[in-house]
Amino acid sequence: MDHLSELENKSIYILRESYNQFDNLAALWSVGKDSTTLVWLCMKAFFGEIPFPVVYIDTGYHFQEMYDFRDMAVQKWGLELILARNDRALEDGMGPESKLACCTALKTQALKDCIAEHGFDALLLGIRRDEHGIRAKERVFSPRDQQFQWDYENQPPELWDQYSARADEETHVRVHPLLHWREVDIWRYIQRENLEVSELYFARDGKRYRSLGCASCCAPVPSEAATVGDILAELETTSTSERAGRAQDKEDAYTMQKLRALGYM
Amino acid sequence: MDSESLAFVLVGHIDHGKSTLIGRLLHDTDSLPAGKMEEIQAAAEAEGRELEFGYIVDHLSEERKRGITIDTAQTFFTSDVRDYVIIDAPGHKEFIKNMITGASQAEAAVVMCSVAEGVQEQTRRHAYVVKLLGLEQVIVLYNKMDLVDYSEKRFGEVKRDMDAFLSRLGVTPTIEVPVSAKCGDNIAARFDRMPWYDGPTALETLDRLRKMPPPTTKPLRLPIQDVYQIDSTSIGVGRIESGVLQAGQELHFLPDDRTLTVRQIRKYLEDGVASAEAGECIGVVLDGPTPSRGQVGCPLEDRPTQTRRFRGTTFWMSAQPLQVGQADLTFKCATQEQPCTVSRLNERIDSGSLEHLETEAGRLDETEVGELVLETAEPVVLESFYDVRELGRFVLLKGHTVVAGGIVTHTQD
Repeated sequence: MDHLSELENKSIYILRESYNQFDNLAALWSVGKDSTTLVWLCMKAFFGEIPFPVVYIDTGYHFQEMYDFRDMAVQKWGLELILARNDRALEDGMGPESKLACCTALKTQALKDCIAEHGFDALLLGIRRDEHGIRAKERVFSPRDQQFQWDYENQPPELWDQYSARADEETHVRVHPLLHWREVDIWRYIQRENLEVSELYFARDGKRYRSLGCASCCAPVPSEAATVGDILAELETTSTSERAGRAQDKEDAYTMQKLRALGYM
Repeated sequence: MDSESLAFVLVGHIDHGKSTLIGRLLHDTDSLPAGKMEEIQAAAEAEGRELEFGYIVDHLSEERKRGITIDTAQTFFTSDVRDYVIIDAPGHKEFIKNMITGASQAEAAVVMCSVAEGVQEQTRRHAYVVKLLGLEQVIVLYNKMDLVDYSEKRFGEVKRDMDAFLSRLGVTPTIEVPVSAKCGDNIAARFDRMPWYDGPTALETLDRLRKMPPPTTKPLRLPIQDVYQIDSTSIGVGRIESGVLQAGQELHFLPDDRTLTVRQIRKYLEDGVASAEAGECIGVVLDGPTPSRGQVGCPLEDRPTQTRRFRGTTFWMSAQPLQVGQADLTFKCATQEQPCTVSRLNERIDSGSLEHLETEAGRLDETEVGELVLETAEPVVLESFYDVRELGRFVLLKGHTVVAGGIVTHTQD
């Protein structure tokens, strides 16, 4: 079996395991390439009918192209979309002056409220180990307590593909079906599956986005890559890290750890 | 373009240089992103410590402050031959469950042993876990050669101890290399400081490892994972754990003891799938009621064992000891799940020394290994771990927590 099929089968196994083990599951979809791949893998795992909603966290600061892509994909794949948005923080003028406070209010809090409203006991997330050192420490099934805290010093053991799936009543579980994929795997898979992704990933005027988030906190990288093939060729030679354009990774050495301990993705 | 990827776990005693080796491998194979060295330099300065390669993998602030790895992490790098996933395992006894978590995802193991300290408790414990989990390809790196003036004599002494221990375990190392992860000797490059060593470097050694193919030549085993209704068709989904499935063939399901015909193999957007093999997640449409989760499909003439009582070896990972007769455990193997009890504990073994602590014991403590007899409430479908691994390995849960991992050694008591 080839490498991409190996990755795909492992993800499908995890997705089916999650759907079997949890009563009220949802997928988190940022419309970025990873979570779009996640949604596509759900289409494959569930034979074209995803039996749970996808949640889009709207910070109000996203690119217009992201909203357009979202609406197109919802139509095409027949997705049940749930919007999570912290309107109160937005009305109070929350903005990206402090990354830690802003991400926590507009993403983490919006997600908390959404989980509470819909009673989700598990969330599928498209994070990958190679994105950030702190994500390299994650489990496939990762429990969160009532305060959303990630107890990264005392994670449960996870052997082979035996996932301890059931959350105690006061917790939800983060499920990471793409943890074992690398950035280059995602792009090769997008190419193989002929999967449509946001146009922001492709170069315009000598620049493209390698990782998508809020317009205010994402910087494009210099690039001439205008097709998936170009991007793959670029990844072969580049030594710039994928999240180099993401401001919240840089505020200080441990911002990601702090964000994630508070329930960030 | 397609590439091959091989995952290996890096194990060994605390401070024998595992994290340093990862940093060195990434650095020497140009696998570090631009700015990474500068970033870890800044983090080291902020905490008033010397720059260490270990910073590349030790990402938690507590890990860097204490200079130890707490949790397993996975790092990627590429050689001229293939892509690698390095699974870094913590060397502290208290984080052994993280080490086992990491090792269970690996296809090969690299044991790091400092020649300054020699074989230590976690060296032995980790090697034992590697053996238990059935990792057959084992590389030993004798690290910190720089601290012993690259002495061939010292290398020989530690190697003798290690070989003696490994042979007690029944492990034959694929290859053994003297290295200095800190200075780079015999990692990706050869320097002239160990002229007495003419074997391969650590990187060449890794490139010689074999990629383990999925068990397609073993008998067919298809545990049902779930049943979906799609367009009023009932589809049983599951992953083929071993062997090959053909559309149109008969499948016998255990423990139900029913034979059904495979009308269709289903994959999304693929019509007329004729066959599927080990490792593939598929759906099957059958000519009768679809068996439920936990049923195992197999050929009529080549069935696994169905039993309520069997023998296994387990590694206990909970601070609360296992008590013989304790009634609140759950057995999980593939997609099967059953309440179970440990009815006998034949041997209690110290995983750090291999010492047999007790026979016919009543309890098993954290980090100890037990050879035991398990009884499940209803029959389960099993194989010896040495025949079909996927149906021969299991976990035990207490409540929602995994408290032990184990392998089936005898499918009948």
